[in-house]
Amino acid sequence: MVRLITHNLLACHAKGCTTNNFPLAFRDVQLENREAEYNPEFLKGFMPKIEWNALVSTARELGDVSLPAECPEPGTETDEFLHALHHVLMEIHVEEGSMVCPNCQHVYRISNGIPNMLLAEHEIK
Amino acid sequence: MLPTPDLSHLTQKDYEHVYEPAEDTFILLDALEKDAGVLQELKPRLCLEVGSGSGCVSAFLGKILGKADALYLCTDINLHATQSTLKTGEQNDVPLNPVLASLTRPLTARLHHAVDILIFNPPYVPTTTIEAVGAQAGRDIQGSWAGGNDGMQVTNELLESVESLLSPQGLFYLVAVKQNNIPKISHHMLERYGLISEVVLQRRAGREHLHILKFMHLWHDSHLLRVV
Ligand SMILES: C[S@@+](CC[C@H](N)C(=O)[O-])C[C@H]1O[C@@H](n2cnc3c(N)ncnc32)[C@H](O)[C@@H]1O
Ligand SMILES: [Zn+2]
Repeated sequence: MVRLITHNLLACHAKGCTTNNFPLAFRDVQLENREAEYNPEFLKGFMPKIEWNALVSTARELGDVSLPAECPEPGTETDEFLHALHHVLMEIHVEEGSMVCPNCQHVYRISNGIPNMLLAEHEIK
Repeated sequence: MLPTPDLSHLTQKDYEHVYEPAEDTFILLDALEKDAGVLQELKPRLCLEVGSGSGCVSAFLGKILGKADALYLCTDINLHATQSTLKTGEQNDVPLNPVLASLTRPLTARLHHAVDILIFNPPYVPTTTIEAVGAQAGRDIQGSWAGGNDGMQVTNELLESVESLLSPQGLFYLVAVKQNNIPKISHHMLERYGLISEVVLQRRAGREHLHILKFMHLWHDSHLLRVV
């Protein structure tokens, strides 16, 4: 279950790869939509932890253009916005595919909904 | 009393590769249950369990906090463990998000002071260094317990990231045994990182003297309440 909320928290950690190592770019993905319980309080509480530009650009690459380019100020989120955010963060699942580092091109595979972020010993920082 | 999560989907065959919940798991569940009120009040939004194994602990935490009230991230170096964690989430209606990774490595950059609840029941059994290195590389059942020198080889690496991961109100729960030298761990975390700790629970189980330690920033409310 790689949802965009998790993807937004993963960065490349290969040896020497410390800049421009986020967000990882999805490749050849199989998507699935699965309904999740809507909780606006959770979304508002989680927003400060989100890297907004990365979320918007990743959602767009996956064909979802519902999010505004600018993140609304705390306290000004509309219902419509929170529902869109809920769908993007919590309901789009990447089941198969890979994630590629924009800097070093390292490929992290996703299989059966689990991202493989392990590196071989010589690839570790 | 909250029920222990349903693990009926896991078989003895799974437990050949995945740590089967045991006394150390259960004392950790008991500690979380004891702290349930504090945990709920904190309104944690991001929970991260390192070394989730069967997924039993994170599923239990999800029952305490609510399945839609927090994100439950789990890491493990063992593929079978991440698969079991995913299934245990489904079985217990708590969405668990396993990541195949060592400790918090791919998450550390993005989770700077962002983790509200951090949990680790590590491989804590003292073994030779070679055995622990082999178990880490093997990514199988041996990695559940082989802890190297003082049983602290794996835990020590995580300890160096805890302060940078914890949110201002964040809590870190760690399972440790007497041989891990608990006073030394507590002293190091205070001196080096300004994190205070307390023993939430301790219990003898067979040859092991199990402890649940809880770490937090010095300014943490629940600490202030205690000293006033
Ligand atoms: C004692 S078991 C605990 C399992 C489960 N959390 C429980 O309480 O029943 C330790 C777990 O840590 C995992 N582990 C060992 N080394 C690790 C590492 N470097 N990074 C992540 N997980 C690790 C093992 O694969 C195992 O699942
Ligand atoms: Zn990279």
